Amino acid sequence: MKLVRNTLAAAIAFAAIATTTPASAAELEVTHWWTSGGEAAAVKELADAFNAGGDTWKDGAIAGSAGVARPVIVSRIIGGDPMGATQLNHGRQAEELVEEGLMLDLTELAEKEGWKDIVRPASLLESCTLDGRIYCVPINIHSFQWMWISLNAYKKAGIDAPKDWNEFVASAPKLREAGITPLAVGAQTWQTNGMFGVIRLGLGGMDLFLKTDVERDSEALRSDTMAAIWEAFGEARKLDDDNNSIQNWNDATSQVINASHGAQIMGDWAQGEFQVAGQTAGVEYDCLPGLGIAPALDTGGDAFYFPKQDDPEKTAAQLRMASMMISKSVQVAFNLKKGSLPVRGDVDLSAANDCMKKGLEILKSPENIVPGGTQLFSPDTSGQLEDLLSEFWTNPDMKPEDAHDTWATIIEEAE
Amino acid sequence: MKEPVSNSEVAVKSALKGRRRPKLLRNLAAKIAAVPMILVALVGFVGCSVWSIFYSFTSSKSLPKERFVGFAQYERLFDSSRWQTSVENVAIYGVCSLVFSLTIGFLLAVALDQKIRFENTFRTIFLYPFALSFIVTGLVWQWLLNAEFGIAQVIRDIGFSGFEMNILSNREYAIYAIVIAGLWQGTGLVMALMLAGLRGIDQDIWKASRVDGIPAWRTYLFIVIPMMKPVFITTLVIIASGIVKVFDLVVALTAGGPGGSSELPAKYVYDYMFGRANLGQALAASTVMLITVLIILIPWAYLEFSQKRNAKHG
Repeated sequence: MKLVRNTLAAAIAFAAIATTTPASAAELEVTHWWTSGGEAAAVKELADAFNAGGDTWKDGAIAGSAGVARPVIVSRIIGGDPMGATQLNHGRQAEELVEEGLMLDLTELAEKEGWKDIVRPASLLESCTLDGRIYCVPINIHSFQWMWISLNAYKKAGIDAPKDWNEFVASAPKLREAGITPLAVGAQTWQTNGMFGVIRLGLGGMDLFLKTDVERDSEALRSDTMAAIWEAFGEARKLDDDNNSIQNWNDATSQVINASHGAQIMGDWAQGEFQVAGQTAGVEYDCLPGLGIAPALDTGGDAFYFPKQDDPEKTAAQLRMASMMISKSVQVAFNLKKGSLPVRGDVDLSAANDCMKKGLEILKSPENIVPGGTQLFSPDTSGQLEDLLSEFWTNPDMKPEDAHDTWATIIEEAE
Repeated sequence: MKEPVSNSEVAVKSALKGRRRPKLLRNLAAKIAAVPMILVALVGFVGCSVWSIFYSFTSSKSLPKERFVGFAQYERLFDSSRWQTSVENVAIYGVCSLVFSLTIGFLLAVALDQKIRFENTFRTIFLYPFALSFIVTGLVWQWLLNAEFGIAQVIRDIGFSGFEMNILSNREYAIYAIVIAGLWQGTGLVMALMLAGLRGIDQDIWKASRVDGIPAWRTYLFIVIPMMKPVFITTLVIIASGIVKVFDLVVALTAGGPGGSSELPAKYVYDYMFGRANLGQALAASTVMLITVLIILIPWAYLEFSQKRNAKHG
């Protein structure tokens, strides 16, 4: 009996030691949809930084766009199989998950590190905030309002590269003559919708954009200016390739990189692809923020959320990861690879390329900042807009005025 | 209806002092064994269906909430051009895959039934695609139908240099790409079922029809096919359930594109439930799907089972 009791005591003591020892390492699974070349390079920076702290970054990349990955991520969290951390576009996508208490509250950490003072623009942190509590770490600033031009394609066609959208449209016939398709567009629905947003902002200007997207003003939505923009967008359908069978945005970007297509309207994440391909801004490619007409950028971006865990060790590791992601060195390393801008203004970005510097310059004046799509509309509304825009883009029989009417109705009825 | 009473049962009955056991307790072991299945059916199928219908009348977003909005979700559903396209597409897909997989499957089975050589090899080849998932099928056909590298390029290489085929990026034909891929995948199974049915036909019938000098095609059409009715019904149920739930094929092959022209109802439900965080809308769509299936199924089941009962009584 004595022996048994002793072994028992020893076992208990051992177990106690094992659990109370401050084990400072945990494995966290991180889900994200960064799978293109430039994106993967950027993720590696995050993983390396996290592993360097003694923890383990278990990569859970989900191939496909956000539209494919988000359902997987959300259903895992709702279904009770939460990952350690996950990328989401902040804004309204995670609103309900936060309301249901499924996400870790980061407020204490944020106050300790003073996120409020370092994150700019402030809207990024506001999108992570619900009822005064902070639930996500903004990691970068992305803006959609960029047009990427292949200078090689224009050299091949023997004409000067355009300085804005109107010049680009005018140059399209010359590109066609040289066997170059003017515009590269991937078939995923969000791309068409995003492109339309950029063209709308470029041709209609900031005031109209704020009236239509933020105030949802019926008069502006159905104005003559909007009708003209729809007309122009209808014309732009001819710039695309009829046989276009490309799905992914980065495949479209590589069409611009290898100069088979003239230009692409895509967010600044495309820049990572040009870098991976070894191209330099101003030499092989050029960038026109706001289509070269209206220099305005939105400040959407990616953020990491940390679904609640039962294991306190994992929770501690989640906080370590959150702190790592917003730290100065990681912000610089990650964003240089990703082609995005860091969320804190107090870092040294001398290594940034010309396009990033253009972007930083624009963001300096607050009146140039456009609220991003994911912060304005629920996924439901964005989804309806995507359906409409992609149908319009691929169906030449769909009249601009009909699409305009449907579009205005969707926004008027949005929650 | 009186059941035949065996000697042992008489003995049991007399032991129970002539009282018949209550109906519920008869075959007790079998009934207990069926309880789990009954529970699964009730909770899993009926319960979940009721739950879905209930929440289709709410404005639930990511999570179910009891905020009732009447028929608003249904109004939006029927106004949505994407849903209309989805319904048209599932009709096209359904009719084509039903007609073609039955015809081609049956013809292949007849061909294999001619006591040909290497029957096993052919059967394996035809049945092989069925071993692939719809996702793989979709990816394979995405490449085969690719306008630049696929079958089109092969034909160009043969010598028809002007040949062009891009049904995947054509709004009108994209759905037929899904039909083709679906047929490639599913016809082998239909063939195998039909072949089994053909092998079940008594050889004497063939001998008799030969003696009477009836040509083979007439024997197939008027004698063999009517005899194979049970096989056809089984096949029909398998194909029909495949049509309603087809989802992964379209996701892998066209992603609903170009521009939403090859969307299907199941994908609509999935997109709204998960991607677009609109549970109410998704459940309204799935309820409409359920009702459509029931509208087809109930008269059929009624006919089928009432016939059997009549046959028994007669």
